[in-house]
Amino acid sequence: MIPELGQFALVLAALVALVQSIVPLVGAARANARWMAFGSSAAIAQCALIVVAFLTLAYAHIVSDFSVQNVVENSFAAMPLLYKITGVWGNHEGSMLLWVMILAFYGMLIGVFGSNLPRGLKARVLAVQGMVGLGFLTFILATSDPFARLADAPPDGQGLNPLLQDPGLAFHPPFLYLGYVGFSVAFSFAVAALIEGRVDPAWARWVRPWTLAAWSALTLGVAMGSWWAYYTLGWGGWWSWDPVENASLMPWLAGTALLHSAIVVEKRDALKSWTILLAILTFSLSLVGTFLVRSGLTTSVHSFALDPERGIFVLGLLAAATGGALTLYAIRAPSLKVGGLFQPISREGALVLNNLLLSTMCATVFIGTLFPTFLSAIGVTVSVGPPYFNSTFLPLSIPMVAALGVGPLLAWKRADLGGALARLKFAALAMAVVVAGVYAINHRGPLLALPAMAGAIWLIVSAITEIAARIRLGQIPLAHSLTRAAALPRSAWGTMLAHAGVGVMIAGMTGTALWTVERIQAMAPGDSVELAGYQVHLDSVGPVKGPNYDAERGIFTVTRNGKVVTTLTPERRTVHPQEQAVTNIGIHTDFLADIYAVIGEPDPGRPGAYVTRLYHHPLVPWIWVGAVIMVLGGILSLSDRRLRVGAPTRRPVHIHGAVSAE
Amino acid sequence: MRRLIFILPILVFVGLVAYFATPLLNQTDPTLIPSPLIDKPVPTFDLPPLPGHQKGLNSADLKGQVQIVNIFASWCIPCRAEAPVLMGLAKTAHVPIRGINQKDKPEDAEAYLRELGDPYTSIGMDADRRVSIDWGAYGAPETFIVDAEGRIRFKQAAPLTQADVRDTILPLLAKLGAK
Repeated sequence: MIPELGQFALVLAALVALVQSIVPLVGAARANARWMAFGSSAAIAQCALIVVAFLTLAYAHIVSDFSVQNVVENSFAAMPLLYKITGVWGNHEGSMLLWVMILAFYGMLIGVFGSNLPRGLKARVLAVQGMVGLGFLTFILATSDPFARLADAPPDGQGLNPLLQDPGLAFHPPFLYLGYVGFSVAFSFAVAALIEGRVDPAWARWVRPWTLAAWSALTLGVAMGSWWAYYTLGWGGWWSWDPVENASLMPWLAGTALLHSAIVVEKRDALKSWTILLAILTFSLSLVGTFLVRSGLTTSVHSFALDPERGIFVLGLLAAATGGALTLYAIRAPSLKVGGLFQPISREGALVLNNLLLSTMCATVFIGTLFPTFLSAIGVTVSVGPPYFNSTFLPLSIPMVAALGVGPLLAWKRADLGGALARLKFAALAMAVVVAGVYAINHRGPLLALPAMAGAIWLIVSAITEIAARIRLGQIPLAHSLTRAAALPRSAWGTMLAHAGVGVMIAGMTGTALWTVERIQAMAPGDSVELAGYQVHLDSVGPVKGPNYDAERGIFTVTRNGKVVTTLTPERRTVHPQEQAVTNIGIHTDFLADIYAVIGEPDPGRPGAYVTRLYHHPLVPWIWVGAVIMVLGGILSLSDRRLRVGAPTRRPVHIHGAVSAE
Repeated sequence: MRRLIFILPILVFVGLVAYFATPLLNQTDPTLIPSPLIDKPVPTFDLPPLPGHQKGLNSADLKGQVQIVNIFASWCIPCRAEAPVLMGLAKTAHVPIRGINQKDKPEDAEAYLRELGDPYTSIGMDADRRVSIDWGAYGAPETFIVDAEGRIRFKQAAPLTQADVRDTILPLLAKLGAK
């Protein structure tokens, strides 16, 4: 009975979404206030109904109701409660339900907190949200019913994919979806603006906090995914340019571009049609990201089961959403007024460069992910996999990093590049020191490390320089500078953190890409291996039993100059009931480097010995520390009063040309 | 002219949808990309072995009996998923499995084989990917079946699964008269 309740709620939610996508839109066209106001109520009702459906499915998983097919396929009575809960979204149907629940949640937030939006705009935004929701609810009901029952309930389930039974991965999809789906708000705002035929700084000011929230969540989601890959897959890498990873990177790149171009719309009333286009493309890429792995278009190790019927449906939805929005764009965007003009050397110019580079990176990933067949068909031979991405992505990062340091120091409209560079003398000095330091410590290491680490410190110091310049540190008495610092908007600090976070991340990537030490060998208990100045000693290998797995555990003692640093206990698990082998890695971190140990198969050539892999990964934790710093920057900006209170009323056109909206 | 720029996104998008919809609508599995090389003789090539190994791989090795050719690389994550399937296939199929190791460092390839097992009768190092291109391969993993006359009879551009082995590979090997 209870699963049917969930299905009933889902059908009702689809009906509400249908009405939500029509009534407010008609109301806005006819200036009917009550019809427009209906959008908010519908958005709240739709959200409540989907929450009911989701909780119903969660309940079926928690009590292990094996009459529900979804529970049978993805749960197991003896599984820990945490994974019973996270197993709700560890499969296609459940994750789709989570997807529409988050979509409806954003719609509800607009309905409840969008009281400062003009009524017409709000009604149209909610109607577009309703259309997207309707599309995906129909998709779930037609092809991916999470509540399907089995006539004969089996005594136990088949269990959740062992790789998904991990706390890091458990919370990776919700954050990823908060990001993907969050961009639906920017999409809806863009479509609503095209319907209205008006984009102005106030519009950008409404869009920015939503984009920022989605971007922060997506950054965290992608970082969690790569962290998970690093510590569970056991090959010592953190990014492999797998289609699924690329699928999350593309909306991130487009969303980052959107975040920056919206600033130009807000401050300078320029780049309007480009920003609208980016908003449409960012959400479209999120849709591609969600569905690429389910469509059968690409193959990947961590994709859900494929089904051609679903692929067609999803492509149809994507065609309707993106195709509809782009058609509207083709018709309405030419009539958008061109805004403020600017010189190439200016803050706007720097942001345009940022957008060009980010879009190119995004296109590079898109082509590398989706077009290998296409490219070979036209006779171009591009190697797919890390060699392709490294050779296209890295060259684009160089101008990106260089410009990122200077951009924030440039003035709007027309800037003095020489002056900005002069202010960056400390950053230049820091680069010189770092290059010398890196060379002194590791002069035999790859030369690429020198520019890469210089780029990292350049970003960090230039981000601090920008704040120092704004508070005129060293130019006026310190107390005055501190007063100025306290008065700086939080968004300024947020920018600094986000940009510095990129620097920290680049340092982490460089360290692990160029200085990793790897030792692969057969080791028997009693053997010792030297690893980057440490001695790794295998004490013993023995069987252990977990709640739903059996494992062989190796115990390694790591010493340095005779002193014990840590004990690592990697395992090779066989998880029941699937009998799937999973590696469990031993990691020790001191935040400057990780020591990483994997125990493999018994060595056939030598009885009692096991294949072991030991890594020393310098700076690798900085990748995720950098990501967290970026997210903190996003959250700090989001808490800025100007964004929280929302935009002032739309700028009257005529009153004193000099009055600024800021 | 200015208007054209705004129409461009939708035109590109329509092209993309058409491109991706075709294989889906035809109900063909996009991983079974028909290769123009099917039923053609294998390309002429001669690849060196991994350092320290006796045999590499060349076109002459592929004559005389039915064989499987698998393109792999240590940087390729789907290859890792495929590795246990190939190990199983090596035990059940009784035909040589030849490896083309694509764009890899020898030490990485060695580590990969130590970790995941070595199902290959012999391996050729395709360091610059030239030979893979001659085979019409666009990535890794890809698997080919070559008959006793040295003609390519089958190609799959995706990791082999147990189901592929059971439903496609083993029946085809039997049909081609593998001993």
